[in-house]
Amino acid sequence: MPSSLPDGDPAPTDGRLPESALSTLGRTPFGFYVHVPFCTTRCGYCDFNTYTAQELGQGAGSVSQGTYADTVIAEIRMAREILPASTPPVSTVFVGGGTPTLLPAEHLALILREIDAQFGIAPGAEITTEANPETVSQAYLEHLRAAGFTRLSIGMQSAAAHVLQVLDRVHTPGRAQQAVAEARAAGFEHINLDLIYGSPKETDADWQLSLDSAIAAGPDHVSAYALIVEEGTALARQVARGIVPAPDDDVLADRYVQADETLRRAGFDWYEVSNWARTPAAQCAHNMLYWRNHNWWGIGPGAHSHVGGVRWWNVKHPASYAQRLAEAVSPAAGRETLGPDSRLMEHNMLPVRLREGIGISELSQQGLIRAQEAVGRQLIDRQMWDLGRIVLTQRGRLLADAVVRDLVA
Amino acid sequence: MDRHAARRAPGGQQVSTQPLTTESRPLSASSAAGRTDPARIRNFCIIAHIDHGKSTLADRMLQLTGVVDARHARAQYLDRMDIERERGITIKAQNVRMPWTSGIDGTEYVLHMIDTPGHVDFTYEVSRSLAACEGAVLLVDAAQGIEAQTLANLYLALENNLTIIPVLNKIDLPAAQPDRYAAEIAHIIGCDPDDVLRVSAKTGQGVDQLLDVVCREIPAPVGEADAPSRAMIFDSVYDIYRGVITYIRVIDGHITPRQRIKMMSTGAVHELLEVGVISPEPLPTQGLSVGEVGYLITGVKDVRLSRVGDTVTDAIKPATTALGGYADPKPMVFSGLFPIDGSDYPLLRDALDRLQLNDAALVYEPESSAALGFGFRCGFLGLLHLEITRDRLEREFNLELISTAPNVVNRVILENGEEQIVTNPSDWPGGGRIAQIFEPIAKCMVIAPSEYIGAIMELCQNRRGTLGGIDYLSESRVELRYTLPLAEIIFDFFDQLKSRTRGYASLDYELAGEQQAELVKVDILLQGEAVDAFSSIIHKDKAFAYGTSMTGKLRKLIPRQQFEVPIQAAIGARVIARENISAIRKDVLAKCYGGDITRKRKLLEKQKEGKKRMKMVGRVEVPQEAFIAALSSDEDVPKK
Ligand SMILES: Nc1nc2c(ncn2[C@@H]2O[C@H](COP(=O)(O)OP(=O)(O)O)[C@@H](O)[C@H]2O)c(=O)[nH]1
Ligand SMILES: C[S@@+](CC[C@H](N)C(=O)[O-])C[C@H]1O[C@@H](n2cnc3c(N)ncnc32)[C@H](O)[C@@H]1O
Ligand code: SF4
Ligand SMILES: [Mg+2]
Repeated sequence: MPSSLPDGDPAPTDGRLPESALSTLGRTPFGFYVHVPFCTTRCGYCDFNTYTAQELGQGAGSVSQGTYADTVIAEIRMAREILPASTPPVSTVFVGGGTPTLLPAEHLALILREIDAQFGIAPGAEITTEANPETVSQAYLEHLRAAGFTRLSIGMQSAAAHVLQVLDRVHTPGRAQQAVAEARAAGFEHINLDLIYGSPKETDADWQLSLDSAIAAGPDHVSAYALIVEEGTALARQVARGIVPAPDDDVLADRYVQADETLRRAGFDWYEVSNWARTPAAQCAHNMLYWRNHNWWGIGPGAHSHVGGVRWWNVKHPASYAQRLAEAVSPAAGRETLGPDSRLMEHNMLPVRLREGIGISELSQQGLIRAQEAVGRQLIDRQMWDLGRIVLTQRGRLLADAVVRDLVA
Repeated sequence: MDRHAARRAPGGQQVSTQPLTTESRPLSASSAAGRTDPARIRNFCIIAHIDHGKSTLADRMLQLTGVVDARHARAQYLDRMDIERERGITIKAQNVRMPWTSGIDGTEYVLHMIDTPGHVDFTYEVSRSLAACEGAVLLVDAAQGIEAQTLANLYLALENNLTIIPVLNKIDLPAAQPDRYAAEIAHIIGCDPDDVLRVSAKTGQGVDQLLDVVCREIPAPVGEADAPSRAMIFDSVYDIYRGVITYIRVIDGHITPRQRIKMMSTGAVHELLEVGVISPEPLPTQGLSVGEVGYLITGVKDVRLSRVGDTVTDAIKPATTALGGYADPKPMVFSGLFPIDGSDYPLLRDALDRLQLNDAALVYEPESSAALGFGFRCGFLGLLHLEITRDRLEREFNLELISTAPNVVNRVILENGEEQIVTNPSDWPGGGRIAQIFEPIAKCMVIAPSEYIGAIMELCQNRRGTLGGIDYLSESRVELRYTLPLAEIIFDFFDQLKSRTRGYASLDYELAGEQQAELVKVDILLQGEAVDAFSSIIHKDKAFAYGTSMTGKLRKLIPRQQFEVPIQAAIGARVIARENISAIRKDVLAKCYGGDITRKRKLLEKQKEGKKRMKMVGRVEVPQEAFIAALSSDEDVPKK
């Protein structure tokens, strides 16, 4: 079951944004996120806004993958009408899902071309798509590369067959690594592998195998996520019934340390709590938009956007999303204009997760006192603190949310 | 918590201002009040276990005597409080005057039915109600047999020389075993089984004969009509519109509305605003004479100025000696009540002030706890009194409260000969200066099917009980008498008793002085710091078990912190149990959540809000829920 949208204020039907938000657009990089809400099957742990063909149904009013690109293009054009001419050229595009690679490569290419036509894609921009290992081929990837995609993020999750099975993944062990090779051959410079740790029945050795296999495949980026039992998912029901155990926080902490050490030894540095890159250039620039509180427009059902202190989110269901756009009505379901408290919370909560951290001048008086205590507890790096920056230690990264709550208390 | 008795708080609020829902006919019985010939008066109460049918029988009597018109009768007319209706228990019933023409001798009698509270906490009040009567209807469910409180109250009635009229109720039930229980009752009170009346309060069968027997068997009241007036207060309730309504039974002389009266315990003099009878609504009369039961209103606003057991006399021509049996209410069980939201403290104070208007037995004083903040240390007659008070504070005043584990009052003699009365574990004298400790004890009566004798004896043994005797009430039911420390009774005893006897045992107890005891104070420490709310005075042989259970509970209840938290139980400096909460290692959402920053922020904000509901014990954040759960006697602690 896809997770629900936040509560917020109603968004205007024309999607117009306040002048105050638009006026700051030129100051920071700007990107697009494009959501593709389709999957062949739903993985038991997943609460992303995505639908199988069966869930979407057939016949009139149904949503088809075949026409999805047209709908996306309609929202890109709407964005063009709302955003001012001062909007900077697009520095990142991230196509995520769901499973973007269920769409024909040509459709992804069309979407990219439309963004370029309307906004202009900056030279050297990072253009990523997520890909499920079993959905891509050498030819498909070549097509994407030729269309301008520069980065591929592959959902590997695990190298252990039994873990993949627990996770309801449809690809076989080895397939993700093979996809990396195909991407390389297709000319992708930047490749990421997504891993999940702490799955039921996963052992330390399984996790080590996953890490080693991922590294051996030769990506320049790895994301490792702790398995979260999301409300409303099949996994949550299994946990509730006692069929599988809930992930244990201490085990998750051990696995995190294991990942951090293994990746560091293999030449990857952490730059965000769950992200490691071989070089600064390999860091995901699009994700950095999120952590640095920059601006982006999220296209697609349930997608979230942020422009100049206004956050909004689209209607969740692909059918209502398509219908809104067919009627030339903004697909936004709700929005919020951040007040000082929310801004403060976000200014701590987002960049504190980054290796670059926060300057201590950003903290309140109370926050500074709390930060000092956190240095004492070895949650904040003492050397960086002496240099005037808040950077989490490995232990601090594992307690990042607690640190943020303290800093803003 | 005791759930075994007809409940009645001294604090029960009477609602006399509701519109009349019945047509109270102008009855000769009420209009003649003030001039009734004592020979025609019969004062009685009904002694019954909860649910054995007291209210139903009272309803039927009101109907039969014509006091309440059958058309207007509503079920359980006399139980008026919402809380009673909801729980189906009698907290405060009423006292009614009814006319009855005997089918035996054709005489017109005046019956006063006086309600008795049915619970052990209010034994004193029961004794005063009984003292206002010459007879008692012993009402027993014909499908259940007699229960412990009923038996205890029966003994009390016998001590007061009341005439007992044994009655089996619910004989219409297919499960009724009237022969078996008639034999049981006959055995207990020493009468002939054939003398036990059989009625159905539900259908009315046998109720008129019962009224006839009441008139025939119960003696008429005797008193001196010309002597200085003396009336006994057997109940006193606060009404928001009328002030305190005092229920009295006239012993000698007259009480008239024009009189000034004096309370003999304090000498306080009051103007009378109204004198009357209840039939079943308050009905002002020209007075009350020897043997009559009714109410008076003086305009005072606090029941402590009109105390149960006190003697009312004429202010100008006072009696020289008060009626016997008066005693000040004495709190036996203490507990700290703290508002969960600290800013509710003034509300709690006002609420207690309000309740005290109607509850002469409730005492309290401000208390501040390092762990729980500002609150009140409150004294109660017993556990039920505590529970009712807490319940009312929460329901009627919308307060959310934490109460500390109840404790009894101990008397400590120090080595220098000084005596200390300890009502709060925090005041326990430390530093080995104690020479002797005395704790209150209670005589306890348990009635249960005989197959549970072993289980009950084991429980009582465990609770430091001394067996007083065992009696077979019948072949299959026994009465066990034990002397137990009161502290053991208020700690989960009744629930344990019920669970060991599959709900079949009933319990009653009365205070029986004190005994020397080897008690110790067990402190619970978080990170080396004692948490005052968890300190407990306990027998030395049980200190270890208490310490182990408390530290174990807290380990489960307190969330992991950013540092390790040792939990210790200690007697003075000696640690007797310890647990450890290991430091939390992961508190971060390490997942890809795309652009949905709003959801993430709201989650953090919610967690931050949650922090505000935490109490700080030193550096340790303890959720309110942990306090509540740790302080409840419940064994199953929910996992955090
Ligand atoms: N069958 C039957 N039920 C009765 C009789 N008397 C009372 N009850 C029921 O027993 C329950 C308890 O009666 P109630 O008068 O409230 O008992 P109290 O707690 O002693 O006041 C109620 O459900 C009554 O309806 C009776 O004579 N026969
Ligand atoms: C947008 S999702 C899905 C991308 C793609 N469809 C796939 O599954 O490979 C991106 C990543 O989030 C991670 N993820 C999804 N659900 C998760 C959960 N419940 N707990 C932890 N990580 C999760 C997975 O590693 C996944 O690859
Ligand atoms: S394939 Fe990816 S997006 Fe689709 S259900 Fe599985 S994890 Fe979720
Ligand atoms: Mg009743």
